[in-house]
Amino acid sequence: MAEHKKEIDQVTGVETTGHEWDGLKELNHPLPKWWLYMFYGTIVWSVIYWILMPSWPLVNGYTKGLLNYSQRAVATENFDVAAAERAETGKMLLEASLEEIRDTPALLEFAMAQGEVAFGDNCAPCHGTGATGFEGYPNLQDDSWIWGGDLDTLSTTISYGVRAEHDETRYAEMPAFGRDELLEKEEIIQVANYVGSVAGLPTQEGVDLEAGKVIYEENCAACHMENAKGDLETGSPNLTAPTYLYGKSVEDIIAQVNAPRHGVMPAWIDRLGETTVKSLAVYVHSLGGGQ
Amino acid sequence: MSAWKKHQIFEKNSLILIVGIVIMISIGGLVEIVPLFYLKSTIEKTEGMRPYTPLELVGRNIYVREGCYACHSQQIRPMRDELERYGNYSLAAESMYDRPFQWGSKRTGPDLARVGGKYSDEWQRDHLINPRSVSPTSVMPGYPFLMDAKLSTIEIENHLKVNALYGVPYSEEQIANAKVDLLAQAEPDSDAAEGFEERYPDVLIRDFDGNAKDVTEMDALVAYLQMLGTLVDFSLYDEKANLR
Repeated sequence: MAEHKKEIDQVTGVETTGHEWDGLKELNHPLPKWWLYMFYGTIVWSVIYWILMPSWPLVNGYTKGLLNYSQRAVATENFDVAAAERAETGKMLLEASLEEIRDTPALLEFAMAQGEVAFGDNCAPCHGTGATGFEGYPNLQDDSWIWGGDLDTLSTTISYGVRAEHDETRYAEMPAFGRDELLEKEEIIQVANYVGSVAGLPTQEGVDLEAGKVIYEENCAACHMENAKGDLETGSPNLTAPTYLYGKSVEDIIAQVNAPRHGVMPAWIDRLGETTVKSLAVYVHSLGGGQ
Repeated sequence: MSAWKKHQIFEKNSLILIVGIVIMISIGGLVEIVPLFYLKSTIEKTEGMRPYTPLELVGRNIYVREGCYACHSQQIRPMRDELERYGNYSLAAESMYDRPFQWGSKRTGPDLARVGGKYSDEWQRDHLINPRSVSPTSVMPGYPFLMDAKLSTIEIENHLKVNALYGVPYSEEQIANAKVDLLAQAEPDSDAAEGFEERYPDVLIRDFDGNAKDVTEMDALVAYLQMLGTLVDFSLYDEKANLR
């Protein structure tokens, strides 16, 4: 620019850049000082940043920087610090039996807090935020349980799941009496109506309930028991319970006897760890349905 | 002639300016990208990564087609709260067979990087058909049509071939049997399932959509979701050796 002659615009009294387009000349207003110094500042800062933080790639590695900063290391450390803060109570939780946890206020408070958080993230999608379940996903607030609602049973169910991908998972499968042609269509209608009558449901007209009872005793009583109250040992639902998992009407029972639906609960022990599973058992037990 | 004068050639010719810009940006890009390909420290050592099965690959295509990435990320960032909620932070190696990757930064819904095995197939199905049926406050749209859309096997073989071209290690046998394998993974009782199991060991073989008659897009998408983030065995992963 030094070669330009200084030229002052007569109207404004400001120096021009010397460039001319179709007779128009540009006034040479300098950049605002505050902006310019901030710009220089960022350049200086970038040099400082290169020195302190990991930045330049080289042939066999990269410059690690004086601070030796690593986002992964920081995250892992924060995680470990939080885990260590929980560890003391967590260890007591691990050593205590589930009953002791329930009866020791300090442990109970800890387990309830941890259980509530873990429930919201992991269990609520199926069992609902209020633990009242959806069709096909059991209600944990009521008194009817498939595998049992005492603390140890809950802990086992949460750990290994139901029909899950785990060697120790709980497993029960009702035969598909209709689809696999174990019973005639007529027989299914009879037995479903019989179950409906035991459960206190309105039955369909003109169905031989006595015949249904015989079929029930031959095919269903082994698991659901003579009195239709089910068996927690084998995970056979109580047929006299106030709610059914897949709908409570004779039509729903027919569908279920014909080709049963089987829900799956994942195994959580590997994902959540023993402490959290214990907390969850205590939390779920406290929801109202605990035995 | 001073350096300042020489610079005028760029300012007065837009074509030369464009060429100059392209060269400068290329240098910047190369410096950032090229080292990732040769620096040993940027390539993690992991156990367990395998290419997608044909069914999972189709499921992944449906995931992309329906724009799931617009609301769900697949990248657990290295921050404490993310580790607490989702598990181990995502590794670059975990998306080594993703073309394109689904990392994303928009989380209207939760991160899905480790959603595999977290819910049952039935839940995934119910939730995809109508999210409100299991999550009353969800704003996710329903995808009930996936249940009715039968999978087409026409493109899968070429799809594997293209992936192999990019370096995904599909064997010739896997490519040749792609059509059979696509359906076999969702038909556990079929004869084809045995051959599939030999070609892809340790893979979930289930009727993912609960409809034994057809192999649908629901089968594919649920198969994909159920394996997300489950491949790397973190008990064998050396966190310290791979710190960066």
